[in-house]
Amino acid sequence: MRAAVAQTMRPDEAVYRFNGLVTVGVPLLAIFIRAFLPIRFHFFSWFELPLLVTIYFAMARRNQVAGMMTGAIIGLVQDSMTQLPIGIYGMANTIVGYGASSLSAKIDTENPGSRALITFCFYLLHQFIYITVARGMARLDVQWQWHRVVLIGIVNAVVAVFLFASLDRFRQKV
Amino acid sequence: MEHIVSRFRNFTILGVVLFAQVIGLAVQVYRPSANGGSARLVRVWTSAAITPLERAVIGAQQGLKYGWDTYFYLRGVRVENEGLKLQLDQLRIQQARLREDAAQARRLQALLAFKEQFVAQTIAAQVIGTGGSEHSRIIYIDKGADEGLRTDMAVVTPEGIVGKIIRADKTTSQVLMVNDEQGGVGALLEKSRLQGIVRGTPGGSLVLHNIMNDEKVEKGEIVLASGGDRVFPKGMPIGRVKDIRNGPDVFFEIEVAPAADLNRLEEVLVVTKLVDKSPDVNMAGPVRAADMLAERLPSVPPSPPTGPDGKPLNATPGANGATHAAPPKPATTGASAAGTATNPKPSAASTKAPKPAPKPSNSNSIAAQQSGSTAAGQGTSAAPPKPAIKPATPATEVPQAGAQTGMKPANPQPRPEQTPVTQPPPGALR
Repeated sequence: MRAAVAQTMRPDEAVYRFNGLVTVGVPLLAIFIRAFLPIRFHFFSWFELPLLVTIYFAMARRNQVAGMMTGAIIGLVQDSMTQLPIGIYGMANTIVGYGASSLSAKIDTENPGSRALITFCFYLLHQFIYITVARGMARLDVQWQWHRVVLIGIVNAVVAVFLFASLDRFRQKV
Repeated sequence: MEHIVSRFRNFTILGVVLFAQVIGLAVQVYRPSANGGSARLVRVWTSAAITPLERAVIGAQQGLKYGWDTYFYLRGVRVENEGLKLQLDQLRIQQARLREDAAQARRLQALLAFKEQFVAQTIAAQVIGTGGSEHSRIIYIDKGADEGLRTDMAVVTPEGIVGKIIRADKTTSQVLMVNDEQGGVGALLEKSRLQGIVRGTPGGSLVLHNIMNDEKVEKGEIVLASGGDRVFPKGMPIGRVKDIRNGPDVFFEIEVAPAADLNRLEEVLVVTKLVDKSPDVNMAGPVRAADMLAERLPSVPPSPPTGPDGKPLNATPGANGATHAAPPKPATTGASAAGTATNPKPSAASTKAPKPAPKPSNSNSIAAQQSGSTAAGQGTSAAPPKPAIKPATPATEVPQAGAQTGMKPANPQPRPEQTPVTQPPPGALR
């Protein structure tokens, strides 16, 4: 609702929706690519496509509940594909979805530069939450490696610019 | 209170969603035995939703690749074929030598009532997916419980160990790779025979633990599965020692480079059956009464070698001793002994034009004739520098016989090269 008000005040912050096929298909495709392509191309394991899709849908819908629920579902599906306890990715993606939708009401998210910066920051946040939960609750020995996290964050920020631009074709203005 | 909740509605929902996940996580972490509950159901659903797509893509890709490789892309196949034939020849030679080594090992193990693990059955499987997380080293394979796979079965490649099955669904299985931090393998260093445990790290590398830092470990040393975990077959390569560091306590921290390329797995083998058995005593070959007697009475001189006509080949006492002359290492196999007696390093090239080896004139070991004949064909025919040595070939069979009876020779003699031997019949040389 707040986003709708924002839409009337600032035309560049329009609220978008997606049809059912895109809403379900794109996250599933992102998870599939994330799980499948690293077999043949190991560098694909750097691309956190499910996270990027979470951020994109949250920013486009500008609805905190929708954003967090999208993040929670995508994260839980990711969790269920690993042997680790279910909920670690779920929590991280929930918070990222909530944060992205909250942020989108305040800043311009159509600019490629701001999209890259937002993605980079949310990647760091995502990793921080994941590692905190994994170490604190699941007692996993996951370590924070600054250089690796920053490097992968930059890579994902670049990927996000192109991915978001291609996903823009599927959105429908409310 | 109601006002606060409605005012911060979204934030409240966020708290509720997070709280639910925290509770769910806590249940899983602190009650791991309740693994078959709803969480497991979620995993099964996810697997059922994702893996058919992966299987379809893999199937289509394989079909296209097969069609292209088999019917269209045949450039260089002839050259490759010739190279492979050459390689096959070399491998056959190597196989013959190894067969001899294995035969002797079986004989010795039979004598020692040694139990051994054999990989009795494997199933080939295709890797169809990963865990989709950089913090978890999981792969999915396209075979499951329908094909007889169960949890804790070892997954390997010809290069080395990959991991073990941690969940077998109907048509797919989840494999925990050895480089995951929750994975581990009982390990053994090949040269020093030190035992430890190889574990994965969060970064995806392998570390060998529990080796005291006053032991001698070399870089490049091969790390094998010890078989102590009852999952991985003993002797399967895990990797090589890559780096050795001092750990925080009295142990080394040894980094191991995995033998199998864990980042590029396409096909794997699941070990579905491991058998513990003693080597078949019959494989040791028949044992002559004279050998048994010699074992019990080492001072009894062995019978002299006889020629085809039944007459002794060597009339001299020295020659007689030469038939049972033991090289310094009696454990050497007939094959290798034969090889070293004539040519210390039988090359592949030299074996390409094999000359007929002289028949072992020592008729006292059938096993030596059966297995040693191959060795002689490979080793002794390898361009002997001095034909006069060839008749000493029977001496190389003696370690075989010695090994067969599990005893050291009673009267060690000089090396066969130094042993004066009489010239054999001319026909035997050619």
